[in-house]
Amino acid sequence: MDLKPEDKLDIEELLQDLEEYRPRRQGWTWRKPIDELKLGDFTYQDMSEGLENSVPLPASRSFAGIDPQPEPVITTEIASGRFEDDIRRMRMAAWHGADHMMVIRTAGQSHFAGLIEGTPEGVGGIPITRKQIRATRKALDYIEDEVGRPINFHSYVSGVAGPEIAVLFAEEGVNGAHQDPQYNVLYRNVNMYRSFVDAAVAKKVMASVDMLQIDGAHNANATARKAWNVMPELFVQHAINSMFSLKAGMPKENIALSTVPPAAPPAPDLKLNLPYAIALRELFQGFKFRAQQNTKYMESSVREATVTHTLNLLISALTSADIQSTITPDEGRNVPWHYYNIAAVDTAKQTFAGLDSLKDLVKLNDQDSQLRKDARELKERSVLFLEEILEVGGYFQAVAEGFFVDSGRYPERNDDGIVRKLDGGVAAKSIVPRDDDYLAPVCNHFGYNNLPEGVEKGCDLIGGCSLENPEMIDYIDELDPEDNVETRLEESRPYRKGDLLKPEVEWSGDGWVNVTLFLPVEKDIAEVAAQEIAGKMGLTNAEVIHREVMHPAEGTLIEVKGQVDFAIDINELEIPEKEEPLPDDEIREFVDENPLQVVAATVGEDEHSVGLREIIDIKHGGIEKYGIETTYLGTSVPINKVVDAAIETNADVIMISTIITHNDVHRQNMKKLHDLCRERGIRDDIILIGGGTQVTDEIAKESGLDAGFGRGTHGEDVATFIVKRLRAELDN
Amino acid sequence: MSPERKDDFTKRRQHLAELSEEELYERFWDLAEQVVEPLIAEAKTHTSPSIERSVLIRMGFNSLDAKAIVKKVQEAELLGKGAGHVVLKVAEKEDLKIKEAGLNIKEGQYEIKFLQKLFNREGVS
Repeated sequence: MDLKPEDKLDIEELLQDLEEYRPRRQGWTWRKPIDELKLGDFTYQDMSEGLENSVPLPASRSFAGIDPQPEPVITTEIASGRFEDDIRRMRMAAWHGADHMMVIRTAGQSHFAGLIEGTPEGVGGIPITRKQIRATRKALDYIEDEVGRPINFHSYVSGVAGPEIAVLFAEEGVNGAHQDPQYNVLYRNVNMYRSFVDAAVAKKVMASVDMLQIDGAHNANATARKAWNVMPELFVQHAINSMFSLKAGMPKENIALSTVPPAAPPAPDLKLNLPYAIALRELFQGFKFRAQQNTKYMESSVREATVTHTLNLLISALTSADIQSTITPDEGRNVPWHYYNIAAVDTAKQTFAGLDSLKDLVKLNDQDSQLRKDARELKERSVLFLEEILEVGGYFQAVAEGFFVDSGRYPERNDDGIVRKLDGGVAAKSIVPRDDDYLAPVCNHFGYNNLPEGVEKGCDLIGGCSLENPEMIDYIDELDPEDNVETRLEESRPYRKGDLLKPEVEWSGDGWVNVTLFLPVEKDIAEVAAQEIAGKMGLTNAEVIHREVMHPAEGTLIEVKGQVDFAIDINELEIPEKEEPLPDDEIREFVDENPLQVVAATVGEDEHSVGLREIIDIKHGGIEKYGIETTYLGTSVPINKVVDAAIETNADVIMISTIITHNDVHRQNMKKLHDLCRERGIRDDIILIGGGTQVTDEIAKESGLDAGFGRGTHGEDVATFIVKRLRAELDN
Repeated sequence: MSPERKDDFTKRRQHLAELSEEELYERFWDLAEQVVEPLIAEAKTHTSPSIERSVLIRMGFNSLDAKAIVKKVQEAELLGKGAGHVVLKVAEKEDLKIKEAGLNIKEGQYEIKFLQKLFNREGVS
């Protein structure tokens, strides 16, 4: 299957012959940095190889469409519960610059003892099964071919089925995974002994296929009441998992630390977070850093979340990040909507492009400074933490005594840490000692293995294992006749392949929309009123997802989401035909034979000149390149001056630009031009064209002009219109 | 469990104050290694149902079969021998392919005593 930019990804086709599919590679792929990348008018220091197909930032329109790709791998986290919809979201994210697709697991999977099979729907994530990840990896193969950059696929090796999931991921070409036994213990209440015994086997399997590992230390930030106080503990958690991973056979370069700047504004963000980021990178040199975004203090404001994210990106740029994670800015209000995945990826791409060469431009005040003192202090506090773990009898005892996720700044303690019992938790007492004759007839198995003399690889005893011979994999398709992808695809087919169109944010045809409104009342009234308004607008399941006081009495900003219960039939829409520009030669030939005179100006009290200059100037591919003679009068030109100039130069065309639209001033200006030309008796002999960001052909014609051009117009479009119109007149 | 404690950092840090950055780094990683040593030692010498299921999956069993086989192996109190080991022993003893041997165990074709005897172990239950 070849993806074409103009075609949707065909999920039904993707699912065909899935039992035969094999991943094209194993292991992680980094971006390829380019030294001194020249792009457009600029030279970049911190960018990587570009994409073949992408959607650049909106402003790139003014920069010849360039789309610089930063050095760090960019993550997007996807959690809709339906992998068939997640795949489409991944394709959109890849086009915007994501190359690390992190799939969140469904609630409760970490306590499931075994693998889940088939394609059941998930809650807050997807059930990780062989079929779901195989289909997703297969889709990513096509998507990476389309954008021209390898895409890493990632999920979680945790819970009470870690080793099995690690094997599944190794077999199916999953490129990266979270693995941290401390996460199981602290946040999933899996028994601590079981968690570490399983983890070593899982890590060894992950290492055998070069999978990148990300740890779980950042969860302490999200849990502790005052996240900035857990900094010393974060170093300890990173160290325990990193050292344990090294000893389980994982190479240092495949071990990534998940690090989050723990504080966020209104706290003094950089002052707190920068010493931490620096100390971390010094203590963990040689490991990889996955810079995660702070979510602890995320409320329902996407603006606020985006600013915090941007400050986090600044810290990445000032220190380092191998992987830059992004969290959707709507996480405080929704199970993430797909366009917010794109927004977060764009925030990372935009900020890194903007901060290119930062380290050449600024030097950190790193000698004898407060920054240096703070960094040193954090390191010492973490060393003291490790010392006390050993004093009380080791890691397990320390967990049992509530050392971890205490909100005190160690060695301060607030007695609010997470306490786990030594013999408690899920799957307590489930590990057994390996007997002297313990044997596992497989390769890449961690720990004691009593292989017979002369046998080096365990799997030689059975003629190979599935990690070496993928044909040994026993593929299960579906187990549940109701809860599976086929049933869901049947339901969503009219919206995916038929003619019906519905808005969506998570799943095909889900119908969700977001309405933003300002109500000039206090918050509580505004909220109820907004709900009422949404109901009257025909939205069902309406819910206020954001409220922000503009002033206690003057008013409140409200965002309300709801579902529309109708669909649009695409066949019934009247889509205006797009005018194809004439070939350059044809325009030039016409102008040669029929010399054209144009008068152009930005009218009214309006100083904008960029748009109109682009339509005119030869260097922007404007109409001058066809030999059209243009008199440009400048900005803030009164309409009567424009008409005077047209009469003086005997112009064939008047082009006015009108950007400001307050009180419909753009319409008034266009109407005035038409009226004045009629008064002066030249209206029938002259073509009148209006342009501007809010101008459409329709508005211009309503105002009496011959044509209007809005955003995205080029010189050739305007020239084409003029030539066609004049040619028609000559023909008559 | 871990009682409240005021920040006594300045007192506690005395022995670290004179360490150079390099010495502090070395100390940090030396301590981390000491914390992790017993954890890794335990992992080397123990196994779990999930580990044994992962072995069976690598041997070509699907997840449902792996789960059922490990359950039988646990019933026979043979997890410490390795579930894959039990399957291998049955295959050798009965002259079966690995897959057949495993599925037979899953379907309960062998008594617990038979399985235990493969390891020269009399029934303990």
